Amino acid sequence: MDIATIVQVLESTLRLATPLLFACLAGLISERAGIFDIGLEGKMLMAAFVSAAIAFVSGNVWIGASAAIFASVMLSLLHGVASITFRGNQLISGVAINFLAAGITVVVAQNWFRQGGRTPSLSGDARMQRIDLPFVDALRDVPVLGPVYTILSGHAPLVYVAFLCVPLTWYLLFRTRFGLRLRAVGENPAAVDTAGISVIGLRYGAVAICGVLCGLAGAYLATGLSAGFVKDMTAGRGFIALAAMIFAKWRPWHAMWAVLLFGLLEAVANRFQNIEILGIGIPVQAMQALPYILTVVILAGFVGKAIPPRAGGAPYVKEH
Amino acid sequence: MSSRGKIPHWADVTLVPLFSVALAFALSAVLIWAIGESPWQAVKLMVEGAFGSSYGWGYTLFYATNFIFTGLAVSVAFQARLFNIGGEGQALLGGLGVALICLYIPWPHWSVALIAASLGAALFGAAWAIIPGYLQAKRGSHIVITTIMFNFIAASLLGYILVNVLRVPGSQDPASPRFPSEVALPKLHEMLALVGIPFSTVPPVNIALLIAIGMCFMVWYMLWRTRLGYQIRAFGESEPAAQYAGISPARITIYVMLISGGLAGLMAVNAVMGEQQRLVMNAVEGAGFIGIAVALMGRNHPFGVFLAAILFGFLYQGGAELALWMSIPRELIVVIQALVILFTGALDNMVRMPIARVFARRKRAG
Amino acid sequence: MVLNDSQMRQETAASDLAIELRGISKAFGPVQANKDISIRVRRGTIHGIVGENGAGKSTLMSILFGFYRADSGEIFINGKPTEIPDSESAIRAGIGMVFQHFKLVENFTVLENVILGAEDSGLLRPSLARARGLLKDLAREFELNVDPDALIEDLSVGHQQRVEILKALYREADILILDEPTGVLTPSEADHLFRILKGLKEQGKTIILITHKLREIMDVTDEVSVMRRGEMVATRVTAETSPTELAELMVGRKVLLRVEKPPAQPGAEVLRVESLRHVDSQGVERLRGISFGIRKGEILGIAGVSGNGQSELLEVLAGLREAEGKVLLDNEALPLSGAGCDGQARRARRIAHVPEDRQRRGLVMNFHAWENIALGYHHDPRYNPSPWRMNNAAILRDTTGKMEAFDVRPPDPQLKASGFSGGNQQKLVLAREIEYEPDLLLVGQPTRGVDIGAIEFIHQRLIRLRDAGAAVLLVSVELDEILALSDRIIVMFDGRIMGERMPDETNAQELGLMMAGMA
Repeated sequence: MDIATIVQVLESTLRLATPLLFACLAGLISERAGIFDIGLEGKMLMAAFVSAAIAFVSGNVWIGASAAIFASVMLSLLHGVASITFRGNQLISGVAINFLAAGITVVVAQNWFRQGGRTPSLSGDARMQRIDLPFVDALRDVPVLGPVYTILSGHAPLVYVAFLCVPLTWYLLFRTRFGLRLRAVGENPAAVDTAGISVIGLRYGAVAICGVLCGLAGAYLATGLSAGFVKDMTAGRGFIALAAMIFAKWRPWHAMWAVLLFGLLEAVANRFQNIEILGIGIPVQAMQALPYILTVVILAGFVGKAIPPRAGGAPYVKEH
Repeated sequence: MSSRGKIPHWADVTLVPLFSVALAFALSAVLIWAIGESPWQAVKLMVEGAFGSSYGWGYTLFYATNFIFTGLAVSVAFQARLFNIGGEGQALLGGLGVALICLYIPWPHWSVALIAASLGAALFGAAWAIIPGYLQAKRGSHIVITTIMFNFIAASLLGYILVNVLRVPGSQDPASPRFPSEVALPKLHEMLALVGIPFSTVPPVNIALLIAIGMCFMVWYMLWRTRLGYQIRAFGESEPAAQYAGISPARITIYVMLISGGLAGLMAVNAVMGEQQRLVMNAVEGAGFIGIAVALMGRNHPFGVFLAAILFGFLYQGGAELALWMSIPRELIVVIQALVILFTGALDNMVRMPIARVFARRKRAG
Repeated sequence: MVLNDSQMRQETAASDLAIELRGISKAFGPVQANKDISIRVRRGTIHGIVGENGAGKSTLMSILFGFYRADSGEIFINGKPTEIPDSESAIRAGIGMVFQHFKLVENFTVLENVILGAEDSGLLRPSLARARGLLKDLAREFELNVDPDALIEDLSVGHQQRVEILKALYREADILILDEPTGVLTPSEADHLFRILKGLKEQGKTIILITHKLREIMDVTDEVSVMRRGEMVATRVTAETSPTELAELMVGRKVLLRVEKPPAQPGAEVLRVESLRHVDSQGVERLRGISFGIRKGEILGIAGVSGNGQSELLEVLAGLREAEGKVLLDNEALPLSGAGCDGQARRARRIAHVPEDRQRRGLVMNFHAWENIALGYHHDPRYNPSPWRMNNAAILRDTTGKMEAFDVRPPDPQLKASGFSGGNQQKLVLAREIEYEPDLLLVGQPTRGVDIGAIEFIHQRLIRLRDAGAAVLLVSVELDEILALSDRIIVMFDGRIMGERMPDETNAQELGLMMAGMA
């Protein structure tokens, strides 16, 4: 493998990790507040479609992204109504949202564009432009620093936003009042309630943030990573994000490393059909399954137990 | 799945699902109307397409067969308050079991092959479900997450086996060779011809339908007429009471997942052995997930599952007709399915409220 | 001298009162938890509230902390009429509450728990710094030292309680309510708590102490109010009352239950318990070395205020909790952990169990009556002609007979358990367990939430079982029931046995004192 290939694979890793990172942080914030969300996939898919469709119609990728956020937040609030207000089953609600998005996106895409459930290809301002970091050309030939800088440069703005969201999420969760309360409501809502804070308000807040981040994930997927929406284009990324979140044990920095690992696996699987390590051929399918296998191993507690927020999944019923 | 409003039991098992389906249909009608099509026209097309001919009936029943198996799988798990989302992966593995048995063992007659393939399908499906079951029972790993993960792992595993092991040499298609013609299952039209009833020869509905109906009965018998079923239901209704009675939660969890996975695996007998006659990548086509909607709508009772499976069979066949004759894609069915899951499974407390109010008012008046 | 309410009202100016409640009533459905309650708590005092289980103490305090809203009545804080619709208003009015079950976030640090909900600004850093300083001061002043950076889950129960007090003080609470604060503490931790409370009082804080332990009342309070059956029956100056008087007020002069009971004919010892110890999942030692025996044809009553280990004792014997020590049934050891320690194995040894909480444990509420009759007996060969068939018809027949024998109404085996009244649910459980004809019946709170008619019936049945030669271990928080039924009485307090009495040689007052840890 030459340097150029490695650079290519790593660049692609960053791009592939971006939607995962948004979705993973989205799930992390929701679950930290005690709302399980297996509907990340659906929200991302809906956002991907809406961003591509609106970007195509308006010719402006940012209008598309805003619409995507709006659509994703709407689905989030639906999840909130079911699981917070009506104390329904959070898992079933998540499943329903996944199917809802899978269905509606294709039905509406077919009706609007009549291209077999896809949007037309995006180009120009309807697509997310890549931005080059300053001095990238000048530094290109510097050893070590050059290739690293090249890998970091030339991505869509949302890639940088995603990675910026990692310290932001960390700061929000661990250094602000909102974060303290949010984490508390996922661990012991009774403590929050007796402290005179609204459990319902906090949880809706978390769910809304989750929606915004899923919106960004979908928007990047359809207008940055690809040039338009195709049916089922999330292809399980919402679940990989969920896996990354568990793998990272609900911690933002770990989440970043987890999605980078999963992104790398995907990038390598895309680039090479079969890899040999130490003379053993590793099939591409093993690479695809690895994130899921790792997550099961973590969940089983064989390598450091993953303990979810203690009040997760249960509606809060006031008692004393 | 908690009941808060005071509603009589009969209303809870009939009115709540019916009301939910009505809501789902109404919203879907709005969607059809919003994309500029006529909901009335769509309903007419679907009903004619699914029930208007023996051809339509054949497809409706074929889809329903799949959904009975996966719906029963989800229901049995729900009876123990376990949410098995892994039907999809378990059915895929069931397909692998069917394929291996049909391809590598020369069978003299379809009937023996059917028995062996059914056992193989159930065994493979159960094996795929027992790992999440064991992890839930012994290590407390959340079964919803592990079964989701196992769906993806199953897809990768099957992909690998189809590409590297079972693929026809020289073919680009990741699919197994065709099964020998000896193992072709009798179609419904052949069976009906024996008693002189004419039926369309096109639809793939086959003898697996009878197995599915048999399974409805078996599951009902197991749940309500055996000690195991008694323990499953007691555990599902109240874990403290089950513990009081000396019922081991870990053992029940593992048994339930074995049965659930086996039922999901059996679906492959219909889809793989009955229809496709070879193993392909998307052998299951989402039926594992539709099982969730079917189980929720059927209120986890085999009879309810049977009715709900017919309803979803109708939706799938009708949806195919819609896609053919109107510019409404098949995915409309996925929307309806999503709404049914939402209303029966997550917003059930909301759906119950107006019904509870009506009963409260009647009580006051009476 | 004993002050009555009107005298006290004259002697205390309204402005000296931290809290005054007037005519507070609260009902939950048909149950009147608080009936027209009035109480005056003077500023800068420790005011005790005592009463038996279910007397309405906790409900009253929950109303004061905004958890429930009273149906009627008025609340005055520092002389001003105050509305307390939620916890936030209570905190703003200067009320802090230390719940019996702590409301702490287990994997947060002490500091984080202290500031939660009372942060100074959007960013945590200034609040944390201020809290750290304040904690240091409080630690010095009141012996309230806890490591501010420790995680709650790593702290002992006593330290966790200090965090709850610190939380209230951080919110500048002037009035501190503690609900059964010593239930989870060791004696030395409890002494420490009382030193803290006295220190707080000296700083002018007002403290309300809810407890059933009379020793604590006598030791630390200035005044004490007694509640009984949802009513406030008396308020006394502690120095002018005695444990005996308080016990009398608590228990009241209820019409004593009379049960027709031939004298017991005790036979050989069935069950022997030796130094039984049990630590619950919270790490609290619930049984601290219990030893006793029961003989055939005898009802052994275990008296005690709930939460003193009786429930755990019952569940350990029933195989639902693991424990250490020795339990012999007919001179043969009963496994206290691992395989062979579950409900099935106990039933095989002819131990039947009527659990304290019939709706959670004793019955599956969504099961028909007949299905519930098989609960725990679902392996019975009479119900299972083969492993592949459960004979529902046989269970149904059995149920009809049992319902008739125990006069369960309505006598409909197809009715779900949730459809029966409390008394009939209990009869259903008793029918199942007694008709098994056990050698030993473990029975907890047999008449809780049961109407008078059914109580009498249930008592007769227990006596009839005894007369048939079975041993009965009766756990009840109802003293009258213990006195009426038992042939021998053991009083439990704080995981230990306080003593043993014969029912005709003791009375409610003496037992009440023992239950309050005063013997």
